[in-house]
Amino acid sequence: MRVMAQLAMVMNLDKCIGCHTCSVTCKQAWTNRGGVEYVWFNNVETRPGQGYPRRYEDQETWRGGWTLNRRGRLTLKGGGRWRKLLTIFANPRLPSIDDYYEPWTYDYDTLTNAPLQEHTPVARPRSLISGRDMKISWSANWDDDLGGSPGLADRDVVLGQVSEKVRLEFEQTFMFYLPRICEHCLNPSCAASCPSGAIYKRTEDGIVLVDQDRCRGWRMCVTGCPYKKVYFNHRTGKAEKCTFCFPRTEVGLPTVCSETCVGRLRYIGLMLYDADRVLEAATTPDDTGLYEAQREVFLDPHDPRVAAEAERAGIPRDWIEAARRSPVHALINTYRVALPLHPEYRTLPMVWYIPPLSPVVDVVRDTGHDAENPGNLFAAIDALRIPVDYLARLFTAGDPAPVDAVLRRLAAMRSYMRDINLGHDPDEGIPDKVGMTGEQMYDMYRLLALAKYDERYVIPPAHAEQAHQLEELATECSLDYEGGPGMGGWGPFGESSGGAAPVAVENFHMLQQRQTADRPSGPSDKRTRVNLLNWDGKGAPEGLFPPRPDGAGPGGANPPADSGAAETEPKP
Amino acid sequence: MISAVVVHAARRAAEPARDNGQADVWEVLLWGALPYVTIAVFVLGHYWRYRYDKFGWTTRSSQLYENRLLRVGSPLFHFGILVVLLGHIGGLVIPERWTAAAGISEHAYHLVAVVLGTVAGICTLTGLAILIYRRRTVGPVFSATTRNDKLMYAVLTLVIVLGLAATVAANIAGGGYNYRETVSPWFRSVFYLRPDPHLMVGVPILFQLHALSALLLFAIWPFTRLVHMLTAPIGYLTRPYIVYRSRDARLGARAPRRGWERTS
Repeated sequence: MRVMAQLAMVMNLDKCIGCHTCSVTCKQAWTNRGGVEYVWFNNVETRPGQGYPRRYEDQETWRGGWTLNRRGRLTLKGGGRWRKLLTIFANPRLPSIDDYYEPWTYDYDTLTNAPLQEHTPVARPRSLISGRDMKISWSANWDDDLGGSPGLADRDVVLGQVSEKVRLEFEQTFMFYLPRICEHCLNPSCAASCPSGAIYKRTEDGIVLVDQDRCRGWRMCVTGCPYKKVYFNHRTGKAEKCTFCFPRTEVGLPTVCSETCVGRLRYIGLMLYDADRVLEAATTPDDTGLYEAQREVFLDPHDPRVAAEAERAGIPRDWIEAARRSPVHALINTYRVALPLHPEYRTLPMVWYIPPLSPVVDVVRDTGHDAENPGNLFAAIDALRIPVDYLARLFTAGDPAPVDAVLRRLAAMRSYMRDINLGHDPDEGIPDKVGMTGEQMYDMYRLLALAKYDERYVIPPAHAEQAHQLEELATECSLDYEGGPGMGGWGPFGESSGGAAPVAVENFHMLQQRQTADRPSGPSDKRTRVNLLNWDGKGAPEGLFPPRPDGAGPGGANPPADSGAAETEPKP
Repeated sequence: MISAVVVHAARRAAEPARDNGQADVWEVLLWGALPYVTIAVFVLGHYWRYRYDKFGWTTRSSQLYENRLLRVGSPLFHFGILVVLLGHIGGLVIPERWTAAAGISEHAYHLVAVVLGTVAGICTLTGLAILIYRRRTVGPVFSATTRNDKLMYAVLTLVIVLGLAATVAANIAGGGYNYRETVSPWFRSVFYLRPDPHLMVGVPILFQLHALSALLLFAIWPFTRLVHMLTAPIGYLTRPYIVYRSRDARLGARAPRRGWERTS
């Protein structure tokens, strides 16, 4: 047994209202830069729908993930090492920018500088790729809320796999939202595809990252990832992907997408797993066996043997404690209501989903029956094969039994809790029917409905004695990284040279420069960058405001009298 | 040390010059000194680039913008240039004695070299032409092209055209030229640190220009996108599929917290 810790996430799809707050805040935090305008580390898809990039689930086209070869051994679906190297000069399976979408901005200059005229001037869309005027025809979220509509539904890869009858009935059935981030897989095929070895899995927390200094832009990871969650920055020529907001999780904060989630549907916690059994699980012969196989890889942190092994493996004591309180562990293994997304890709993904019960409830309610009655709900789950089949294609490689079981558990909880809320005697027969006790059911209800911030996000911070090495903890000037502005300038080849900027150094001026530049290019003067994350709102760091006309310099030099003894210097 | 080598080269060049009565300074500069300048710039430039610009060390692929032309042009160019590279190793590094000892006649060697070299050269040139056409005509690719790229493309094209022209002019149109008696020994003499500039004197002008343009290409190499060649991912064939890396080197053994301490 070789115990490793993995930060994992569970999303409760019943609660997702498709507001895209996660996508927007993630974009503002991480991909608000040149070359990644088209990149969404977090995106929310309407299901049924094509997803982003379009039809990314069609692995016959994109060849992502792993597959078993004739001898039953695990191989990359996109081909082995030699094949990768022979196709390195032109990757035959790379999605083009059209499969994502051509990013654009608007020609606002026409609006602001237009002379007085009879007709209102128009800001025309301008491509951020070629700089020319363009016609907007697609984007990451173009088919939002159009799930199941004719012309789009038949292009859904998952829907294409379920039967014809189901497809015809689908648009009357249901629609739900699927937020997606990088899966931070236990067996990442992007890392396995990287010729340079630049993509790695962190031993401490299992986060999959791209070493920007080692990436050479061979583009094989984009093909290798079946979820298409590694993106190519076309300006720097490097791969970029979701980082699980490691600068935040290292200090115990949840990721930006979780922090800002309006529906509070995301849970973050640790999973302990046995690294020795990963390959065996990924090699499970039957696709439908992969869900159970992956659950077998996870270890029970309450087991003293596991805890002892974990300590021997160098996992800190407080991390083991955190694994015991992990909501993710509870949802995956204790209550067994969370399922992995597309386990058939054999990457052992670590962002799991609680499938939505609401479509079933809605149907029951629409027929005028009691939508909280367990009998009605169970019957509906049995009768409504369509959502179950579709969900099974997403979460269990097509096996309806686990999805069925999850929906029954959720339905049982709904009925059981209604009795309690109305002051009736709880019917212990209901949890019994789904193999749970009343107490478990209540705990599950607490976790799904009431859990507060510290229960939803149990993130053990990285250790204080290592704090100085954590990139984003400003124990020094945050701009004093090597080659950064604090050390005197950027590399000789412009923005995309020199050292990579620490991820948090992203600011107002860069944004302003980019939004006001005539052409899509990097800001020329980076010396005036200010890290707004470190600015406490007092004082005025140099470069935050334009210089005063009287030559007094930036406002910080002359604080207003009423600020008294307040701090005028920004905190480091 | 370099100055000692150059002095040596000057002396070597001056020896026959005594017979002719004139020592050619240019000869020494071009074939005795310039190669060392190029090597120094190439090596130190790469060290500097790797030390200070790892982030900029990339292929800067433009496949995301355009795939149709790239799919043809890029493999054509790259595989072509790899064969050309192997050919140059065979022609410049391996002495004529060795191939003769292996029983390969001069005629057989040249036949293979000319046929293979011409085919590979034409592939490379065609690929390069497609790539340059693509770079100029496809909008997004052109707007992602820097001045640095343009200079690199110009020099690279010059080197390849001159090399191909030299081969064609000497061996297909002309009566044949055995560069393994002049250019190759000179090339090796540079690396033995006993440069012999005089060997290059009688060499046909196209070969001379090809060599000089190659020296220029190697001198600008570390400062262009060509650096990606030095990190060709050969290691991929042997490394394990999944790379695990620790967050950072730990400062030291950490004391685990006691079980009763607060954990969050």
